[in-house]
Amino acid sequence: MTNLHAVAELHRPPVDEPGPAVPLIRARGVSVSYGARRVLGDVSLDIARGSVTALIGPSGCGKTSFLGCLNRMVDLIPRCRVTGELRLAGADLLDPTLDVVALRRRVGLIFQRPNPFPFSIRHNLDLPLREAGVRRKEPRAAAIERCLRAVGLWDEVHDRLDHAAGALSGGQQQRLCIARALLLDPEVLLMDEPCSALDPISGATVEALIGSLKERCTIVIVTHNLAQARRVADRCALFWLRDGIGTIVEQGTVGQIFHAPKSEITAAYVRGAVA
Amino acid sequence: MSIDALRRRRTARVVDAAVWGVPAITVAALAWLLADVVWHGAGQIDLAFLTTAPRSAGRAGGIAPMLVSTAIVVAIAVAVALPLAVGTAVLLVEVLPPSASAGRWIRRSLDILAGMPSIVFGLFGNLVFCTMLGMGFSLLSGGLTLACMVLPILMRAAEESLRGVPDGCRRGALALGMPRHRAITAVILPCGMPGIIDGLTLGVGRAMAETAALVFTSGYVDRMPSALTDSGRTLAVHVFDLSMNVTGGDRWAYATALVLIGLLLVTAGLLSLASRFLQRKGAHKP
Repeated sequence: MTNLHAVAELHRPPVDEPGPAVPLIRARGVSVSYGARRVLGDVSLDIARGSVTALIGPSGCGKTSFLGCLNRMVDLIPRCRVTGELRLAGADLLDPTLDVVALRRRVGLIFQRPNPFPFSIRHNLDLPLREAGVRRKEPRAAAIERCLRAVGLWDEVHDRLDHAAGALSGGQQQRLCIARALLLDPEVLLMDEPCSALDPISGATVEALIGSLKERCTIVIVTHNLAQARRVADRCALFWLRDGIGTIVEQGTVGQIFHAPKSEITAAYVRGAVA
Repeated sequence: MSIDALRRRRTARVVDAAVWGVPAITVAALAWLLADVVWHGAGQIDLAFLTTAPRSAGRAGGIAPMLVSTAIVVAIAVAVALPLAVGTAVLLVEVLPPSASAGRWIRRSLDILAGMPSIVFGLFGNLVFCTMLGMGFSLLSGGLTLACMVLPILMRAAEESLRGVPDGCRRGALALGMPRHRAITAVILPCGMPGIIDGLTLGVGRAMAETAALVFTSGYVDRMPSALTDSGRTLAVHVFDLSMNVTGGDRWAYATALVLIGLLLVTAGLLSLASRFLQRKGAHKP
């Protein structure tokens, strides 16, 4: 464990630790373009440490693109350009010289469809630890058990860790992916509609898990399920298309967004009148 | 029963016969070929045949040097072609953008190479490896020529296989903070391995069965090779020689062909087992 934390610290660039009032993630005027097409414009958002923030809104309005900026997965999209100011604990996330490998170890990502590697359960979990430099077997085994317990999967799989991860159910696969992301002790966990490819029962299990993860990391979740956003999130940001470009029309606590929205769009959207 | 119903029933029977008949003919052709080779060749095969050198131009003795030469030539071909093929496939799939013209050109060249008659490879190998590079008639020249020949097969298989790796695995590895080269070596290549092995089966099969390209490069000498620079005769060349140039060599040609077929089947079986093992190890639920 100590070993792991040491590794995580190694990858953390030296920045001033923000006080409680300073948001962990600070976005100001963030815009994303794919080639000549602008998909996200002028997004400003603060995300507090230890909170769950839900990004809601219809499809195609840039929620996933914004999420991709937070761990620079947008770098994989050809001709993608991000402008504005985006900081994680003070560090400039848009700095072209930023070590994205270290960033992605601090900011984990859970995909819409569970994507375990087609290896055994153990190998799926061993791999990121070994990549992060944890050479000895015992700390790896301890970290694997700790993370599988954290996602409630230990009791279900501890006796078949060497079985194929692909043979698990969809919900178990998604929890395995969450455990895999937790292994590196990320500060932030990004979740891109993590329950949408799951059946309702598995979805509910993953959703319950999100609540329990709040204590270990800050969570940013994209969801189309408003009821889910209301259940799991502390704060919400509604993304909307304006003139073909996605932007945030309103953000606030869940109570504000769902019970006292300021914008008419938000009021209509949370009522289900528009989508 | 109406005439229409009768007609429909007759059509169904004809279709049934055709559906079963075509594969039956295919299987029958293979069975006939195998039966013919076994019938004529099995009698000659014993332990001595596999472990001794040929005598009297192959009319007596065994095929031990040919087994060794075949193994060496195929091993050289695989050792050279496999890394090149996998490297090219990684370049095409993981590094170059899909629209890159370099990728198109590489693919087109390899397709042309794949369609080239093997005799042309023989002449090329003879000119380049034997003469220009001074390797002479040797197992090395033969192996390198075969490497050129199986390269397109391996490359295409590796490329298709890597393209088939789900994007979720690729992005998942990068999202876990794996550097790109580690994502390729630790996740993407192992994911694509079953497909690469399937391509290897095809490539090894083609290399083992090759004659024309080897006659001009590794040569005819039927002694046990003692170095890679020695000339050596592979099983397929031995079959060719016995049946074309040696009077009374037919039975031995059949026996050698039977060993070659057996070797091909065993290799294909082993590789297919390896591929299935890898697939099962990481089986995804459909």
